[in-house]
Amino acid sequence: MGPITTSHYLALSAALLLIGTIGVLTRRNIVIILMSIELILNAVNINLIAFSHYLQNVNGQIFAIFVITDAVAEAAVGLGILIALFRNKETVLADEVDLLKW
Amino acid sequence: MNFLDQIWLIPLFPLFGALVMLLFGSKLDPQPDSEVAMAPGLEHTHDDHAEHAGHDHAHDHGHDHDHSHSHGHTHEHAAGHDHHHGSPWKNLVSLLCPGMVLLSFIFSVGAVTQLAALPQRAHQVIQFTWRAGLPFHMADDRLATLTADCGFLLDPLSAVMVLVVTGIGFLIHVYSVGYMAHDNGYYRFFGYLNLFVFFMLMLVLANNYALMFVGWEGVGLCSYLLISFYFHKKSAGDAGKKAFIVNRVGDAGFILGMLLMFSVLGTVKFVDVNQILRSGQFHAETAGFGVLSTMALLLFIGATGKSAQFPLYVWLPDAMEGPTPVSALIHAATMVTAGVYMVARSSALYQLTPQTSTIVAAVGAFTAILAASIALVQYDIKRVLAYSTVSQLGYMFLALGVGAYWVAIFHLFTHAFFKALLFLGSGSVIHALGGEQDMRRMGGLKNKIPITHWTMWVGSIAIAGIPGFAGFFSKDEILWQSYSSPQGSNVLYGVGLATAGLTAFYMWRLMNMTFYGKSRVAPEVAANIHESPAPMTVPLTILAAGSFLVGWLGTPKLWGMSGWFRGLEQWLEPAFASAAVEAAHEGAHDANVEWILMSVSVSVALIGIGIARWFYHKRPDIPDSLEARMRPLHSVLLNKWYVDELYDFLFVNGFAKGGGRVLGAFDRNVVDGGVNGAGWLTRFSSSVSIWWDTWIIDGAVRLSSLLVKLSSYPVRIVQTGRVQAYALFVVVGALAFFGYYLAR
Repeated sequence: MGPITTSHYLALSAALLLIGTIGVLTRRNIVIILMSIELILNAVNINLIAFSHYLQNVNGQIFAIFVITDAVAEAAVGLGILIALFRNKETVLADEVDLLKW
Repeated sequence: MNFLDQIWLIPLFPLFGALVMLLFGSKLDPQPDSEVAMAPGLEHTHDDHAEHAGHDHAHDHGHDHDHSHSHGHTHEHAAGHDHHHGSPWKNLVSLLCPGMVLLSFIFSVGAVTQLAALPQRAHQVIQFTWRAGLPFHMADDRLATLTADCGFLLDPLSAVMVLVVTGIGFLIHVYSVGYMAHDNGYYRFFGYLNLFVFFMLMLVLANNYALMFVGWEGVGLCSYLLISFYFHKKSAGDAGKKAFIVNRVGDAGFILGMLLMFSVLGTVKFVDVNQILRSGQFHAETAGFGVLSTMALLLFIGATGKSAQFPLYVWLPDAMEGPTPVSALIHAATMVTAGVYMVARSSALYQLTPQTSTIVAAVGAFTAILAASIALVQYDIKRVLAYSTVSQLGYMFLALGVGAYWVAIFHLFTHAFFKALLFLGSGSVIHALGGEQDMRRMGGLKNKIPITHWTMWVGSIAIAGIPGFAGFFSKDEILWQSYSSPQGSNVLYGVGLATAGLTAFYMWRLMNMTFYGKSRVAPEVAANIHESPAPMTVPLTILAAGSFLVGWLGTPKLWGMSGWFRGLEQWLEPAFASAAVEAAHEGAHDANVEWILMSVSVSVALIGIGIARWFYHKRPDIPDSLEARMRPLHSVLLNKWYVDELYDFLFVNGFAKGGGRVLGAFDRNVVDGGVNGAGWLTRFSSSVSIWWDTWIIDGAVRLSSLLVKLSSYPVRIVQTGRVQAYALFVVVGALAFFGYYLAR
């Protein structure tokens, strides 16, 4: 086993991104979609941290903290929308809601 | 008091009476259904004055209908003005209406007396002038304005007319108080009668043709109203309509004549018209039939309508459907003489138009003998008198036509007396017989109704032309003038003389059938025969006196009398310019000729009377056998020469109904066709419009929407509205970018 290099982190990040993206695109439950978005954001965070370490530049880590903050806010807003949607539509399944068409 | 300036008041008195009657009459005399409401109890509550006779009245009333009443009533009538219904309001009607005419008569007498003192013998009172708008171009291109006065002219001619209208009108009003006492619509009758007097006075007092025409139409209206007074009878309504419509034909002539006069002379004022015509500006139209002759002829057409001359005389006999006082006042004494008055008024015009005058004389003579021939065989007492009136009016036009204007007015004057007398007398006979008008069911009434008998005897003598009585003087003067005047001829004289004989015959036929011989009265009627009440007999007596006296105002020049005995000619002289010419011409004839002609006409009258007496008194079988032998002639006469049938065929059925059919066809085909065509066209254009809308306008809109729909289809299918689909596009897009950069 060799040392854990930047490439590993990048591969992990790419895998998380892939999983998150597939989750967003394929799962019907909006809660799962929101969770998949968290996966994507975390993939970005890993990517930022990995390059911050690799480049010895702290900017990446600061960005990652911003992203975490953003993810929190996004999750809060997303869940609020989800509750409002459920109250009106009695569903949490994304493919049963096509309001964006209108 | 200066009556002359107050002549405008003369017509207003009867107008006041008429207005009171027609506006408040139904309150004063609550009539039509009162026959039923006249139970004794009701009468007492309404009217304490009638109490003394109330019960008897109501009791008798049950047995009476219309004109018939018992002897008991007659005494009450003779005793005083206590009338059938006994209402004090009704008495007010009986006082007010005749009283108004009496006031007019008093004012007229006053005005005429003062007129006699004036040197120029004419007085005009102009209340105001009516100006009908813009000036117009007359026939000779001068500018004139259409004006007419509300003005009154009293001159010798209108003076005679005013006295006749108010004087005889008053007597007939008094007579009507008795005659109409039992009729419903008492106030209505008197209202119309007063209205008639008003219009008649407007007619004769007007100072121009236009105002005269107002009165002319007004009397026509009143004539219509009074002929159809018993409007519940169809024949009465029809007679009223006939009179009205036939008169309209004549009135058209009057209007056209008047307008022509405006156009040619520029004025319709009598004084101005006469002055222009006498100034020498226009020459007598002896050669051709010029504009003046046309004007005179048109006015004469108006006169034939109103004065019942051929061919428009047919309405007058039918007018006898009205109450008898109406026949006496309107259809004998006054209104029907309006045409004579109008032509006499236009004497200056007729003097310039000898050809029209000849027509007037010919029509007059023809009408006289035509009507007299019909009167020979009629059985209805009033119809005999009606045809007699037409015949006598023909005499007047004969006189007018030969230029003897004063004689026409003289005959008008005497005729007003004796014909009113005869009509009122016949009314009294009818009254006595409870409504019977057929002379075949009369006879032997001489001693039963003595006053009626001897007054009618005087009237018949007068109309027959026995010397000393009024008709003789005027009729003989007409005959003499029709022989001697420059426009006269032997033919006109012969026709006039024959008519005189016929007149004497039919009048004595009437007298004999009514008063002498055996009674043919139905027994149930005979029991109730009674002399009429005082309001009826007194006017009869006065008129009888008049029928004797008034003729003496115009004794023949031949008799050499003077003063009052030649009064009427001298009085009327200023009104007619012809007098001088006439006198000069008359001098050319031999006095012997006049004596001979006079005795001829008297003999003809006596022969007529004699034959009638022989036929209908001595040998009542002769008329029947004569009738049997000359059946065609008799039935022609009995059917009035079939003139009514001819008019029915030509005008009523031919012209009016045929024209109606033509107009109906025109309406159905052309007018309705136009309307229907317009409708069809609208529908057609609207259906075109619908097609255009559906296919072109809507089509364009739908096409554009279809285009949008089609072009939007590819966009629409990706627009799912599902957030994951959009996310997929984003991912695919992002991958495409990456792929692009990686592959490069």
